[in-house]
Amino acid sequence: MARFALRRLGGMVLVLFAISVIVFAIFAVIPSYDPAAAIAGKNRTPELVANVEETWGFDDPLPVQYLTMMKLVFTGELISYSSELDVSEQIWEGLPATLSLCIGAAVIWMFFGLLLGYLSAVHAGRLADRLLTILSVGGISMPVVLLAPACLYFLAIETDLFPTGGYVPLSEDPLDWAYHLVLPWASLAVLFVGFYSRVLRSNMVEAMEEDYVRTARAKGLSEGQVRVRHVLRNSLIPIVTLFGLDFASVLGGAAIITEAVFNLQGVGQYAADSIANLDLPPIMGVTLFGAFFVVLFNTLVDIAYAYLDPRIRLGESAR
Amino acid sequence: MEGRGPWYRAYRRLRSNRLAIAALGLFAAILLFVLAAPLWADLVAESGPNETHTTAKIEVDGESREVVSPDGTPIGPVWLGAGGRFLLGADGRLGRDEMVRLMHGGRTSLTIGLGATLVTTLLALALALLAGYFRGWTDGLISRALDVVWAFPVMLLGIALGTALAISGIQIGPLTISSGSTWLPLLVIGFVLVPYMARPLRGEVLALREREFVEAAVAQGSGPLRVMLGELLPNLLPTAIVLATLNVVNAMMLEAGLSFLGAGVQEPDSSWGSMIADGVEVLATAPLLTILPGTMILLTVLSVNVFGDGLRDAINPRSKVRLEAHTGSYEPERGAA
Repeated sequence: MARFALRRLGGMVLVLFAISVIVFAIFAVIPSYDPAAAIAGKNRTPELVANVEETWGFDDPLPVQYLTMMKLVFTGELISYSSELDVSEQIWEGLPATLSLCIGAAVIWMFFGLLLGYLSAVHAGRLADRLLTILSVGGISMPVVLLAPACLYFLAIETDLFPTGGYVPLSEDPLDWAYHLVLPWASLAVLFVGFYSRVLRSNMVEAMEEDYVRTARAKGLSEGQVRVRHVLRNSLIPIVTLFGLDFASVLGGAAIITEAVFNLQGVGQYAADSIANLDLPPIMGVTLFGAFFVVLFNTLVDIAYAYLDPRIRLGESAR
Repeated sequence: MEGRGPWYRAYRRLRSNRLAIAALGLFAAILLFVLAAPLWADLVAESGPNETHTTAKIEVDGESREVVSPDGTPIGPVWLGAGGRFLLGADGRLGRDEMVRLMHGGRTSLTIGLGATLVTTLLALALALLAGYFRGWTDGLISRALDVVWAFPVMLLGIALGTALAISGIQIGPLTISSGSTWLPLLVIGFVLVPYMARPLRGEVLALREREFVEAAVAQGSGPLRVMLGELLPNLLPTAIVLATLNVVNAMMLEAGLSFLGAGVQEPDSSWGSMIADGVEVLATAPLLTILPGTMILLTVLSVNVFGDGLRDAINPRSKVRLEAHTGSYEPERGAA
């Protein structure tokens, strides 16, 4: 187990290095712009550009430039030249809102996704299953760019049922915190509710044909016990992996759109505002930190998963 | 049925799946809708997608109305009241014809969705064939590169590439793509989605590589290119087609997201995603400007999802591999990396 974990962590370090090189290339090497001027942003003056040129060392050879950029990012010296704000400070301040959004949405989608998937599988082929299947196909086809504004309009602007946006810190007022997050959570969760219920349904329908299920029935377990203890439990294994990947992809993706629509003032909205202003340093910071977090998270999920399921770590070391 | 090829049998199975055929019909209708954009713009609406009508007045059922009222509120849908002009109203302060913009924006969205998928499919097929045929260090190199791009969250990579290139455009050898070109989001999206298709395809090539017909071809003296294109590629196509169909969904969702954030399609061009970005600004007074393009994305994605499901069942009825259309995650291949 320790060897497996060490190997995964070693692989992770290599991937992180490669990602940092890609980010460096995207902003400083590939585009045909003058990087100093682009990084200086919309308020650029000749002095500012010269200053950026100096700080980032764009006259140096590429490997030195790369090291300079990484030093700026990881020592917290990266600043936005348009807003004159420190990038890592802004990301840090936005983190509670972003994590509240993503974790809450994840809890909702796991709960409803598994519930609907279970019901669908238990009633496979019958009317309830058909209806749930239609709902889930609708769910996975629902773009966040439509669902989030539609929720905002119909449930907040038109009817005043929910607040139109903003973030209330959990420590200030837990109820108000949740109240402000209900719509963003729902907007983010619907797609995954559809997806997870489909995956669970097909896993369970497949598992019901397995020999161990027949054995369980033969030894006299009730149908409910068979479903929960044998079918459901075994069908959950692939869901765990999917969950790790999806949680990470939400954090680095759909959350940005949702935050921008509901004005949540998190990391995602910071990124969205920076894109609108073509302010490169924050985009660099968010991309790099976001990707790092996602890779780290996925590695931890992998290790936890291997701990739970010995077949994986044994399979790896056998190769 | 006996004696016919597998493609014919797949076609028969697909044809008997009424839901999939209905979805295909819906997609065809959407395609016709966006293809008719220039006709509608010239003959009915008499306005291009970017033509502004800030001070214009139109006759609606014999009554003269302003396209944009003095406080900046655009006219709502007038249906056929003005002979087809401003059928769905105007799009905001600038008073552009929403119907024309919806049709033209759809052209951009579908061009990017289908074009990016073509780019992804060609790159993924090439990489999968090379990695699976040569194995060894070629495979190692390609697989590691795919792993890295795969580990990078799609949206973040799209945002980084999209914004950096939106500032200046890019020069690849003799090829220059200027900033603001629709080619940029198309290529960016086509590129970032490659691992999601290349990884499952590579696994399939590795399995096909062990089969007797490949051995036979090699024994007959076929070179690498001939084995890859003549033997492996035809057997790879069914999977590639199913993956490509579902990739259209991912490409369109990603395009909508990137354009919504301003890292995709750039002014003066518009897509459904960038129209939503404009619409959200006036959500309280003109919700239709958000709901309409959003619904078009929903319908397109829905039709492709349902058709893709049917296609998968038709091509491989016993398929146990799940190829879920989805923004981000695919059933991961454990340990294959």
